[in-house]
This record gives sequence, structure tokens and C-alpha cells, in this order.
Amino acid sequence: MQTEFTPLLSLLGGGLIGASAVLLMATNGRISGISGILSRILPPNGASQGVSPSLIFVIGLLISVPVWMLINGQAPVQTVSKNLPLLGVAGVLVGFGSVLGSGCTSGHGVCGISRLSGRSMVATITFMTTAFIVVLLLRHVIGA
Amino acid sequence: MNNLITLVAGLMFGTGLLLSGMANPAKVQNFLDLFGTWDPSLAFVMGGAISITMPGYWLVTQRAKPFFNDVFHMPKSTDFDSRLISGATIFGVGWGLGGFCPGPAVTALPLAATGTIIFVIMMLIGMAVAKYFGLWCHRRAWDLAGKTSKM
Repeated sequence: MQTEFTPLLSLLGGGLIGASAVLLMATNGRISGISGILSRILPPNGASQGVSPSLIFVIGLLISVPVWMLINGQAPVQTVSKNLPLLGVAGVLVGFGSVLGSGCTSGHGVCGISRLSGRSMVATITFMTTAFIVVLLLRHVIGA
Repeated sequence: MNNLITLVAGLMFGTGLLLSGMANPAKVQNFLDLFGTWDPSLAFVMGGAISITMPGYWLVTQRAKPFFNDVFHMPKSTDFDSRLISGATIFGVGWGLGGFCPGPAVTALPLAATGTIIFVIMMLIGMAVAKYFGLWCHRRAWDLAGKTSKM
């Protein structure tokens, strides 16, 4: 299913993400890598922090859709697969892989590259290449 | 005050994802579908973000410390170890399969698609397992070091 190429909205949305990252660094001195932020509030020793900036940032993420709908009057467009086992497997891999690899698209891809981190550049190239190959196999070889 | 600003930062991040369509797995997977229904948007999202964060980080870290914290929590590792590579690979497989990564998945939760909920639950489990796995590796290395020093 085709999606529309939206260069302007992409740049704007990306800019907002970037501004958010700078804000979090300026206030809390933290990388806005969502995998790191989430894993910090998970066990073990997640609850010991109480209401941490990490938890509050996540709440900010969670109110984005309600705020969006308040302003726009309708939900954002979304097509989520109904293949639940596939999404379950995808979830475990994304969760495990991001914590093992110390980052995800926001942590390595945006923040790490912005810091000129060699580790993040390597990580980003690695997960991008892997994801390209997986989608190629999924859509054009297996035909899912 | 910090809590309010941090909340706004999270809201900005989520809104940026929604505005750019990154909370839509179809759009993400179309970026990854180079030989099919290719949608370059994700590259522009990343470019847009880095163009702000790169100069922004440089500027902000000129200060001695953040506004509401004692230190800048910067990652310290610089080596390319097996955990980085294998973690990124595993992440890439999951990302390709689902079109979701942590930020977009959490942001999309209120839309309550069953697939999103399943993804997020399994993602949190995967994260916790990786945390425990990391601790186990550390403990094992510590024990091994302890044993050799006794010899």
C-alpha cells in the first residue's frame, strides 16, 4: 500500500523531534533515546526512581495523540498490521535489540549521530541495512 | 518547572512523530521498501531532526551543566563491541518486521490498535529481558575475574 511522500511535513516533524531532544539535553542532560528512557523505568530497579523525568517524558509521548485530536478533530492516519503474532515477535526483537545495542532510531539515529558518535553511526547503518533486507524478504521474496 | 518542561518535550517528540507520519508503520515500512512502494519521508524526518539536534547539542553542552541536573549524562563507550552490533541487528529485524520502534509505538498506544498494544507489551518484555541479560553478563564477568584473582 502506497503512502504519500511528504517532504515538508517530514522536515517539520523531524525538526520538532530535534528540538525536543535539545530541550531534554538542556534541562536534564539526557539523550532522548526512547529505548533508553523506557528501559530506565522498567525492572530491575525501575520503580526505585519514583516519578522520574523519564516517566514524565513518556507521559508526554502518551498525551500526543489526545492533544493532536483536540486540535485536529480527527485521529492521525495509521495502518497497523492485523498479524498479531508477527507484531508480537517484532516487539520482542525491537525491545531486546534496542537495550542490548544501547539505542534505537532516536537514540542512535538522531541523538548519537548528532553527537558524531562512531558507535551510533555503526549501529544506525547496521539496523537500517538489516531492516531494508528484512522488508525486501518480507514483501518481495516471501510476499507477505 | 523541570517536570513541566520535560512533559512538553515529550509532547513535542510525540507530535513530531505524528506530524511526519512516523507513528504509521505503513509509512516506515515503505521507506524500508526500496524496491517497492518506496516513500523517502523517513530520511527527511531524520535529516530534519539531526539538523536541529546537532547544532543544538553543541550549543547546549557549552554550559557547565544542564539547567535541572548536575551532569550531562553522555554515553561513555566508544568501542564497537558485539553487543552493539548484535543488538542493532536484532533491533533492525524487529523494526523491519513490524514497522514500529519504541517512540512511535508508545506514541501510537492511545489509538489502541490491537497490533500496537501487542507490540508494546512484547517490546517492554524484551527490554526487561535484555536488562536482566546485561546484568547477568556483568555478574558473570565479575565472578570470572574474582575467580582468576584468587588463583
